[in-house]
Amino acid sequence: MIELQDVTHGYGASPLLAGVSLSLAPGSFHFLTGPSGAGKTTLIKLCYGELIAGQGRVSLFGQDAATMSRDDIALARRRIGVVHQDCQFIDHLTVAENVALPVVVSGRPTRQIEKDLDDLLGWVGLSAHRSALPPELSGGERQRAALARAVIMSPEVILADEPTGNIDWEMSLRLLTLLVELNRMGKTVLIATHDLNLIRQAKKQVAARVLRIANRQLLAAGAEL
Amino acid sequence: MVGDVQADRVVPPTGFTARLTVLAAAAMAFLAVFALALSLATGRLAERWSSALTGSATIRITAPEDQMEAQVAAVLRLLETTPGIGTARLIGRNEQEALLTPWFGPDLPLDTLPLPALIEITEEGRGYDPEGLRARLAGEAPGAVLDDHSRWRAPLVRAASRLRALGLFSMLLITATTALIITLATSAALAANAQVIRVLRLVGAQDAYIAGAFMRRYTARAFTGALAGTILGALAIRLLPAGAREGSDGFLTGLGFAGTDWLLLPLIPLLAALVAFLATRATSLATLKERS
Ligand SMILES: Nc1ncnc2c1ncn2[C@@H]1O[C@H](COP(=O)(O)OP(=O)(O)OP(=O)(O)O)[C@@H](O)[C@H]1O
Ligand SMILES: [Mg+2]
Repeated sequence: MIELQDVTHGYGASPLLAGVSLSLAPGSFHFLTGPSGAGKTTLIKLCYGELIAGQGRVSLFGQDAATMSRDDIALARRRIGVVHQDCQFIDHLTVAENVALPVVVSGRPTRQIEKDLDDLLGWVGLSAHRSALPPELSGGERQRAALARAVIMSPEVILADEPTGNIDWEMSLRLLTLLVELNRMGKTVLIATHDLNLIRQAKKQVAARVLRIANRQLLAAGAEL
Repeated sequence: MVGDVQADRVVPPTGFTARLTVLAAAAMAFLAVFALALSLATGRLAERWSSALTGSATIRITAPEDQMEAQVAAVLRLLETTPGIGTARLIGRNEQEALLTPWFGPDLPLDTLPLPALIEITEEGRGYDPEGLRARLAGEAPGAVLDDHSRWRAPLVRAASRLRALGLFSMLLITATTALIITLATSAALAANAQVIRVLRLVGAQDAYIAGAFMRRYTARAFTGALAGTILGALAIRLLPAGAREGSDGFLTGLGFAGTDWLLLPLIPLLAALVAFLATRATSLATLKERS
């Protein structure tokens, strides 16, 4: 699905990631950890073509991201649901409209997904806020809306960057359960998080690989988890 | 509530550039109405005047009966050697009587009246020099008078044609200015909505979709503005003081729309919409490419 081969990438002179390889196979479940500033968000951006690797090869569904056109990248993104660390909403559209946006831009009539939208908003506990504007939401509510938007297209891959950063434990567990359920349906999931408790909790439900960025490398996390 | 109308909501419905576009389109359409009225009016004028010009001039000869024949012959001879004269034809007595009958009735004994002789001349090539002709006529046939009443209009016809060309040129300028304003407004809107574009990209929107959202907005705005401007312009022309629209030949006579001319007006908002569509399309696709 998504594969990084020997990728080196950084913003300045010294690379943030050096010779990193990662393969997100269909149906796999990954956690990504590492200290703040280690490059978790950077790695995720490489995985949906927002960043193009300086060296090495990133392939999205078999295509080399470096040679894909903008429109091809757009098509690939419809198969990847992303929860951005900073959420990324259109502030003058309502929560419901933001959540439905991937469907709208793909040209599908939104009437078909009215019910899914209702269910999804109910599931993330935002039914009451569906007509609110994103700036009116709390941090946790924004993250839940972002998760709803990431899964509304029923994408093959879900990349979640700190999806539980502002959410209480109970809601975190609910979101985790949703992601685990989606994984059981065959979706590929990658979650970047600092929350070790969340990882422990997940490991009880699903066979998850835990990866850690340290010293510009991507390593399998130790047995402490 | 998330109907497909939403596709157009992604570009904020309000904002500075929105009002700018509507206003500018309205102003341009208003001006276009006047430029169009000017072109049409001067076009009609030029046509009317120039058709009067191509009509023939006449030479009228009044002379005592015994000199008449000699003078007519002299004039005809003279005309043959005058450059710029195409044909010269003596209007026969029967023809003259036919012309006069409607005015005086059939019973008037025309044959007893001393009618002047009339020679109808038509121009050829660049025309004759009326002053020169008058001088020669005075020398050869003192009773001959050149009546070329329509010639004074020639410079007016030229002026009217020039005005019409200027009117058409103004329409061109107005169209270009509209394109320019809409291009600027679209660029500003694209810059102001960088975050919107970013989010659209992140959720998988292709260039055509993003450009389309801006194109629809701006085409609609240009159309609305131009429609309002056209209606106001048309009203302003309708409401010109009546004196300016009556009379027969004055320049202001025709400044307005006659008959089917009105059918041209709906073309103005349509043209504005087309210009906006093309300008927005070019601008947004270029900007999206640049900011990849
Ligand atoms: N656009 C950018 N330009 C320059 N430097 C950047 C840019 N984006 C990120 N960085 C730097 O790269 C480093 C890694 O950033 P990244 O966001 O990937 O870290 P992270 O592991 O996600 O951190 P956190 O856990 O705090 O989210 C940081 O030091 C950051 O300052
Ligand atoms: Mg991060």
